[in-house]
Amino acid sequence: MLTSQQLRQLSDFAKEIRKKTLYTIGNLGVGHIGGALSIADLLALLYGKVMRVDPANPHWEDRDLLVLSKGHAGPALYATLALKGFFPLAELDTLNQGGTNLPSHCDRTKTAGIDMTTGSLGQGLSAACGLAYAGKIDKKDRYVYAVIGDGESQEGQNWEAAFFAAHYKLAHLIAFTDYNKMQIDGLTDDIMSLGDIEMKWKSFGWFTQRVDGHDLAAMDAAIQKAKEQSDKPSMIILDTIKGKGASFCENKVTNHNMNFDLQTAKAAIAELG
Amino acid sequence: METKEMRAVYCDTLIELAQADDRIMVVEADLMRASGTMAFKQMFPERAVDVGVAEANLVGVSAGLSAAGKIPFAATFGCFASRRVFDQFFISANYAKLNVKLVGTDPGISAAFNGGTHMPFEDIGLMRMIPGLYIIEPSDPVSLKALVKACAAHQGCTYMRLHRKAVPALYEAGESFTLGKGKVLGDGRDVTIIALGAIMVGEAIKARELLKQEGLDAAVIDMHTVKPLDEELVLSYAKKTGCIVTAENHQTAGGLGSAVANLLSQTHPTPMAMVGIHDEFGQVGTQSWLAEHYRLTAQEITRKALALVQSARRNA
Repeated sequence: MLTSQQLRQLSDFAKEIRKKTLYTIGNLGVGHIGGALSIADLLALLYGKVMRVDPANPHWEDRDLLVLSKGHAGPALYATLALKGFFPLAELDTLNQGGTNLPSHCDRTKTAGIDMTTGSLGQGLSAACGLAYAGKIDKKDRYVYAVIGDGESQEGQNWEAAFFAAHYKLAHLIAFTDYNKMQIDGLTDDIMSLGDIEMKWKSFGWFTQRVDGHDLAAMDAAIQKAKEQSDKPSMIILDTIKGKGASFCENKVTNHNMNFDLQTAKAAIAELG
Repeated sequence: METKEMRAVYCDTLIELAQADDRIMVVEADLMRASGTMAFKQMFPERAVDVGVAEANLVGVSAGLSAAGKIPFAATFGCFASRRVFDQFFISANYAKLNVKLVGTDPGISAAFNGGTHMPFEDIGLMRMIPGLYIIEPSDPVSLKALVKACAAHQGCTYMRLHRKAVPALYEAGESFTLGKGKVLGDGRDVTIIALGAIMVGEAIKARELLKQEGLDAAVIDMHTVKPLDEELVLSYAKKTGCIVTAENHQTAGGLGSAVANLLSQTHPTPMAMVGIHDEFGQVGTQSWLAEHYRLTAQEITRKALALVQSARRNA
């Protein structure tokens, strides 16, 4: 359970992640703001408390790993990593500029703290399975975390990985679905309904939970419960709001990859307080 | 003469590597019995991962294993290893600069009774478009063993075409091979046959004898690595013999023929002929029937070489 002090710190961290993400994308003028803001609380919890990482040694062999399969949310993860000290905050301003270490989609070869290259949707969970399998046979105690999008769940490869993780009992694989109910063309329910998404993962043999993806304490408790599993991978469905925390884009179906300027970003940052 | 199946050589080599290096792993998609890697699984059960019939996950899991420091040899039929998982191999393995050793079995007409659905004539062409990827096709058991070891030692992704059946040894045991360096199997003055793989290198050697009867002295090169191409060797034989015939169990478009033409057209334009598949799909048949049908034979190499030399001499 989170103490009230931890809760306050993590809540502040999430707010800073949102601010930096808004500024970074606003400074550029366009970006995947919606799906970046929807996972800001999760990233704050993972990097603020849950994950064993060392910013001074990003390739530390025994670190916990994150595969952000919805790689277009990279800017939120870059903000998180910069705030943690993996690289200077000033580098955030180079997002998507020629020669940058911060491309729109996560690239393990460019950015300190990025554990897997992603961006072609549907591929990350398979890589997370490989990482978790290697950790298992090497008897490492580290965890592999993976984040997939709700629209991304429509990619068939996820379900190949779902078979795999359950079959090989990858208990140290903890995945999250960022269920913000929206995808590029509209509401997931209108485009390609996920149906009972928790039941789908459950029926594949995963330990499943469903929590509010903006409730730090609830997510923390869910992760602790996932860690109690000894023979099942975990899928935690996060009910989230796409664009959460910035009124100009919150819960707007147009926010997937949105144009907005620095002035708009600054107003949103002021709103966050 | 070696009679061991190529897939057994593949498996034995991986076992030998795995005994010395615990990073070596085998990843398969319900084709261990076909690829011949069951013996590896028996020796190293945890290091042999079967993902079931799920090739995208085969490559994705291999990428993850590689990111964790393993050296995964992922094998499936060549049609699936190329066409079916192109984006997974492109992004999760190559673009991510990981170390996945992808193996496509049953190249070209060796797919025989599995027919057109399973007969990759285009895998090399697809793979050549992936920046920095090494593409290899061994011609016999000796080169297979050496090149599997070379792939394991190479830091970066590789794609190997693996002929599963037994083929005669063309090299003495222990012969050394270097990725990206072709082997001259016979020197010559009049024309050079640059051949690829367990079917066409043997045919090229036979063609050399047939050409001798016609009074032509042909050089034969086993170009076991299509990419990076041994440019120095190709250029030196283009200059030396003035005529080049390529021979491959693959479409000439995108394959060895176009790789050689791409080089020579820009550096030393040389009369060329190409033996291979010419814009056709595969189909069922015995391997020998398919070889005759698609003209992947010593006779076809000989015919094209003769015509090429005659034409070049007329134009000289």
